[in-house]
Amino acid sequence: MKRMFLFIPLILVVVLGVVLFAGIGKDPNRLDSALVGKSVPAFSLSELGNAEAQLDAAVFEGEVSLLNVWGTWCPACRDEHDDLLRLAEDKGVRIIGLNYKDNRDDALTWLTRLGNPYEVTIYDPRGTLGFDLGVYGAPETYVIDADGIVRYRHVGVVNEKVWKQDLEPIMKRYREGA
Amino acid sequence: MGRRIAMWVLALMLPLQLAADEANVQGFDSLQEEQRYRELISELRCPKCQNQNIADSNAPISRDMRDAVYRMMQDGASDDDIVGALVDRFGEFVRYNPELDRRTVLLWATPAIAVGTGLLVVAGIVIRSRRRGEQSAELTAEERSRVDQLLADEDRDPRS
Repeated sequence: MKRMFLFIPLILVVVLGVVLFAGIGKDPNRLDSALVGKSVPAFSLSELGNAEAQLDAAVFEGEVSLLNVWGTWCPACRDEHDDLLRLAEDKGVRIIGLNYKDNRDDALTWLTRLGNPYEVTIYDPRGTLGFDLGVYGAPETYVIDADGIVRYRHVGVVNEKVWKQDLEPIMKRYREGA
Repeated sequence: MGRRIAMWVLALMLPLQLAADEANVQGFDSLQEEQRYRELISELRCPKCQNQNIADSNAPISRDMRDAVYRMMQDGASDDDIVGALVDRFGEFVRYNPELDRRTVLLWATPAIAVGTGLLVVAGIVIRSRRRGEQSAELTAEERSRVDQLLADEDRDPRS
């Protein structure tokens, strides 16, 4: 019986090791969106390219799309821009842009100069839709299903790896489900 | 001379006045409201800079969240409404003081479990040592005779 007590430190160390090991490689900055499974919040904002045209949540209906939050003030958005262009042009992914806390002229210049991967871009200069979506840092990319329901959020740059590992499988699942 | 000292005192108080102005930019009807605002923003966590509350953080998102708290307070929302609105957008993560539910029950219970386990261990050690103490206090007749014999042997030891 007494011998058994000698194993207590070993057991404690093993348990601690397992717990700590499970945490290795986990990104503590990664937060699941609180909106997963809920509809995109209601909004009424103008289109980036056309101040007269009003957009609302109906823009997401009918097809699974990516919603990409960006701004010209965000260096990481520049990093992912080429990847987004490739997704839109080569893979035919429908990307809706959300121009977040930006300036219309700057944003339009950026799209003319670098190319425009967005089917349509929502202009949100005061960040109201961004706030309702829980955007805490651009770039963020959401998968929205054909019913306008948020299915996934990726915070950070979208690149080939993120697309293959996370976004593509989820988009595929909801495309088939629809 | 007296006037000079008064000037110095006023000059030293100037930064205090500036600090107070900065704290009051939002403007509150009453001290209680301002107190309530301070409490709310100190228990909400910044999603961007994760170890700061939104009162301390300079991140743009924290400023937006502070503005939202202020706006909702002006609209007459209760504390629960305000925290709830932010949790709906940013997740349970933003609460430094999370609700007790199935997911967080372990978080809340861990201190009690740790203290309870510690008390059990201490109690176990105390009971054991006390029991052992009782056993060794009284010698059996056999032990006593052996002790007597050992002591007698020592007295007869030729080397001493």
